[in-house]
Amino acid sequence: MTTSSKSRPLFDPAIVRRAIIDSFLKLDPRRQLRNPVMFTVFVGSILTTGLGFHALATGGQESPGFIFGVSAWLWFTVLFANFAEAMAEGRGKAQADSLRSTRRDVQAKKLDEPRYGATHRPALASSLRKDDAILVEAGELIPSDGEVVEGVASVDESAITGESAPVIRESGGDRSSVTGGTRVLSDWLVIRVTANPGETFLDRMISLVEGAKRQKTPNEIALNILLAAMTIVFLVVCTTLLPFSKYSVAAAGQGSPITVTVLVALLVCLIPTTIGGLLSAIGIAGMDRMIQANVIAMSGRAVEAAGDVDVLLLDKTGTITMGNRQAVEFIPASGVAVEALADAAQLASLADETPEGRSVVVLAKEKYGLRGRNVHDHHATFVPFTAQTRVSGVDIDGRQIRKGATDSIVKFIAENGGSMSNELRETVERVAKLGGTPLVVAEGDRALGVIYLKDIVKGGIKERFSELRRMGIRTVMITGDNPLTATAIAAEAGVDDFLAEATPEAKLKMIREYQAGGRLVAMTGDGTNDSPALAQADVAVAMNSGTQAAKEAGNMVDLDSNPTKLIEIVEIGKQLLMTRGALTTFSLANDVAKYFAIIPAAFATTYPVLNRLNVMGLASPSSAIMSAVVFNAIVIILLVPLALRGVPYRAVGAARLLRDNLLIYGLGGLLVPFIGIKAIDMFIAACGLA
Amino acid sequence: MTANSWIQLALFLGALAALAKPLGSYMARVLEGKPCGLDRALGWCEWGVYRLAGVDPQQEMGWRTYAFAVMAFNLLGIAAIYLVLRLQGALPLNPQGLPGTTPDLAFNTAVSFASNTNWQSYGGETTLGYLAQMLGLTVQNFVSAATGIAVLAALIRGLVRRSATTIGNFWVDLVRSTLYILLPLSTVLAVALVSQGVIQNFDAYQTVELVEPVAVEGEPTTTQTLAMGPVASQLAIKQLGTNGGGFFNVNSAHPFENPTPLTNFLELLAILLIPAALCCTFGVMVGDVRQGWAVLAAMLVIFIPLTVGVMLAEQSGVPQYAGMGADDVASATQAGGNMEGKEVRFGIANSAIWASATTAASNGSVNSMHDSYTPLGGLIPMWLMQLGEVIFGGVGSGLYGMLMFAIIAVFIAGLMVGRTPEYLGKKIEAFEMKMASLVILIPSMFVLIGTAIAVVGPGLEYTVGEEVKGNLNNPGAHGFSEVLYALSSAGNNNGSAFAGLTANEPFYNILLGVAMFAARYWLIIPTLAIAGSLARKKYSPPSAGTLPTHQPLFVVMLVSTVLLVGALTFVPALALGPVVEHLQMISP
Repeated sequence: MTTSSKSRPLFDPAIVRRAIIDSFLKLDPRRQLRNPVMFTVFVGSILTTGLGFHALATGGQESPGFIFGVSAWLWFTVLFANFAEAMAEGRGKAQADSLRSTRRDVQAKKLDEPRYGATHRPALASSLRKDDAILVEAGELIPSDGEVVEGVASVDESAITGESAPVIRESGGDRSSVTGGTRVLSDWLVIRVTANPGETFLDRMISLVEGAKRQKTPNEIALNILLAAMTIVFLVVCTTLLPFSKYSVAAAGQGSPITVTVLVALLVCLIPTTIGGLLSAIGIAGMDRMIQANVIAMSGRAVEAAGDVDVLLLDKTGTITMGNRQAVEFIPASGVAVEALADAAQLASLADETPEGRSVVVLAKEKYGLRGRNVHDHHATFVPFTAQTRVSGVDIDGRQIRKGATDSIVKFIAENGGSMSNELRETVERVAKLGGTPLVVAEGDRALGVIYLKDIVKGGIKERFSELRRMGIRTVMITGDNPLTATAIAAEAGVDDFLAEATPEAKLKMIREYQAGGRLVAMTGDGTNDSPALAQADVAVAMNSGTQAAKEAGNMVDLDSNPTKLIEIVEIGKQLLMTRGALTTFSLANDVAKYFAIIPAAFATTYPVLNRLNVMGLASPSSAIMSAVVFNAIVIILLVPLALRGVPYRAVGAARLLRDNLLIYGLGGLLVPFIGIKAIDMFIAACGLA
Repeated sequence: MTANSWIQLALFLGALAALAKPLGSYMARVLEGKPCGLDRALGWCEWGVYRLAGVDPQQEMGWRTYAFAVMAFNLLGIAAIYLVLRLQGALPLNPQGLPGTTPDLAFNTAVSFASNTNWQSYGGETTLGYLAQMLGLTVQNFVSAATGIAVLAALIRGLVRRSATTIGNFWVDLVRSTLYILLPLSTVLAVALVSQGVIQNFDAYQTVELVEPVAVEGEPTTTQTLAMGPVASQLAIKQLGTNGGGFFNVNSAHPFENPTPLTNFLELLAILLIPAALCCTFGVMVGDVRQGWAVLAAMLVIFIPLTVGVMLAEQSGVPQYAGMGADDVASATQAGGNMEGKEVRFGIANSAIWASATTAASNGSVNSMHDSYTPLGGLIPMWLMQLGEVIFGGVGSGLYGMLMFAIIAVFIAGLMVGRTPEYLGKKIEAFEMKMASLVILIPSMFVLIGTAIAVVGPGLEYTVGEEVKGNLNNPGAHGFSEVLYALSSAGNNNGSAFAGLTANEPFYNILLGVAMFAARYWLIIPTLAIAGSLARKKYSPPSAGTLPTHQPLFVVMLVSTVLLVGALTFVPALALGPVVEHLQMISP
């Protein structure tokens, strides 16, 4: 996954310090109760602590040292889980703090009427309500989210996006929304406030990244149910072991029943504490990774849904192709030299400031060595593009040079008494079929040839799409082009499907059709006319540069306004689920080794023959139990980085991914504890601790 | 293991594999309501039943209605058997004049047969008359198996249907599976068994001269009473319907129930036939036979090594034999190994395969006494039950139990590939997890808690009048195994008995009765709830990002889930029973 600019070190000392303090604060039983697995450990810790004191006072079933040892490590287990969650939250908080620093309570100029020049009064930003009108002038901070109703200004949004280049915000159109906390650099804006205090985009972002309002996502709930069920199973397994052991003692006529301390130790080792302890950290870290990719998800649910996306709707322009078409070839009519065509084309485009026009000048210069001339020396008159003539060009030294779409040029020539040859018409047709836009160049009554304008497909995008295909995601290109052009570009970019001559209605219909087929659809959008489709899509990423309506309709906002970000978003969603799955598998697989450690130890006095199951050759029953408990606690801390970073996702298809993860986390989970417990046991034995 | 053992096992598995596909496809037609070939001959009967019962076969049911119908029908069945057993002294067809049973035995037996467990606290020939056997037990043998098939059919429909609110009609599923699947198969099997010498009559018990007089408790004895009865008709469905309740006390070890190696082979085949074929039915009904084969493969991957394990354990015998001067080496004249509790006409291979098959499927019939197996030979049948009766398991119930494990496996595997888990295009969400967890949780809870209650005292001794008797025939770890086995059997609706435990007394009759009831019906309801929830969902077509559930990798995942859950739940208990026994046996 491509990492974004804002990544911070995994263990920032400041965050770690705060997390350590938070780990203790989180011992509040009400907070523990939220997680059934860790609550069980919590109760076990209290119980064993009590037993330790009981043993001190009256001499219990086990030595107080052993009981307190177990108890201490159970407390560590709880604290480590708290620490993992606090770390994830801390990283979010750090992000929130940097956001919050941009939100000072500024003085706003509240307008009596929503127009420029109306009288205004000073008001605190925190007193602004929805639909208030405000004036923001150059150098001032925009006090709240809003919609530009009048004016054009350049705005520095780096506080939100991290992008230093200013952006233009103007009334009407798709660039009308402004975010509180950004700064107007030039000119002025009249803004209609769209959010009440505490509900602004920034506020929502802060509360989301802080995890304060985090709700469990559907998948997390399902996993929690499974973990709770496993916890109940092990609770029953351990509690019934007491009567079983009592029977065994009576039957064997030797030894003493299993002690409560050992039972609690066994229980904590068996219940899925690894995943239970890291589950909430994984969820928070998923949101955090989204934020690091400069995407604000409105809910954890949306992040999770991103992993399930089956269909990506991508706008052609800006996502698949570079924003603009470029001239790539001059195709002269028969009897016209290509240099003559290039020269005419360049002359016609000299005053054309559109990117297409500039690309004609550049092509003529690069390919035919024609330098841009100073047209003022030639008494040139420029003919700008108008909606009526639909051509542009130049009148120079008595020559009338025009360029434009075929039918417009045909009309121009006809006015001068000429006509276009069939051969040239065929050229035009051919260019269109290739996905290009043909511009015909004419001089007087004669068509000189065709400029081939091409949509330039972004480098590497084809590879990206085939990667998506391997992930099982279908890509659909949305374009306003005609089907002919769309087909050619779709083929070049390697998308699976396209929607040509797309209207907002057609987009909405397409999304609904995919959804009716049971597929999950993701799309990006920025304009107000995208809002219905954004609202309908399962994962809808609004560009931060887009309108307020688009942002409201989406469930994520991309601060970088980068349409290819969707791919990254999908990967983050998948990572989130994979991390949960991998750690669940690891956690359950761990139990096998723990049985081999604890069962022989627990019944050492009743059935000494069970020591044959002590395959790890652990030193003594008490060191065996200690080692299992210590391993169980330490593994949580060791896996915190994995929980925060996430299991890496590779686009290799589901079967391969499962095989690899099963080998690493399943087989690994089976083997690692054998090694770990043995090592800890050797350490304990060497220190003479037990 | 001897060459003979391998051949017997291969023959058995070969025949099973050959029959699974045709029978599976046939059953799919029956359950989908399509013409199956027997409509001409039996259609009148099907329609007659609907008319008589006032059932509209076109009326579809939601899961709640379906569950209500299942429960109503089964509770009525329990009440009916209870009454027949209590009143049998006054009922006809009772040539021996056997009296009505005690209330606790009647309760236990009623629940046992209705729930397809067929745990028998009683000895058939000394307790039940022919009417009770036929009307009470044989009828339940049919309808309890049909109930299992019906619930499975409902679950499959839940997987197949899209955005639907109904999952079929219980009465139709019940009637069609009885009439077109169980009755024809049982008829064929019963006739085949009779041809081999299995009896089928209403005669009074016969007293015959012994060929060789023996001394019983010091008294010379020259005659023996031979129990009679309509055996073949009950035997066929007992095997085919994974019921397992023998007509006679010693079940299929009895010469009248299982006279020849051929009947043994047929009965053995009948144990796994329908559960194996239903995997294929599942594949056909979901429109992708590979899905069915994958589930069947997962079952076989567990079944075959464990069966070989029993065979190995029994063949290698007991080290102590050598010290006693016994010859336990297999030769042309003897099976070798541990023959205690086994019929000479079946030997080690056919006893071990049976023990494994009957506990893998929730059949519970026996042709040898599992109590006399070596510790590991006894551990495997016990563990096969504790796995939740999903390795073949009961007719219908085994597969729907396995599909619950598949849902859990899919959930974990689905997470690992980074998608909301899906099984056959249906998303697995919180509700499904809740219900699937219940299905997996409940049986093991009853086994463990039940065993715990029994071994702290109430299950160790009982009083008859003034006399205190012990329930356990064996002290020590083996006694623990006996109790654990009984609970594992009842708590998973298997019904096989380890023997060695006196269970026909109020404590065990009630404890095991409750366990059997919970294990059956508390699983059927969540299963149907999942069926209803899945039916309502939309179908998500598979893509490269979807986890394929027909490939060997998923089989591995499913097998690991079943084994891991089974092992993690029962390792401590097994360690204190058979494992200790084994270690004590091999320790000098």
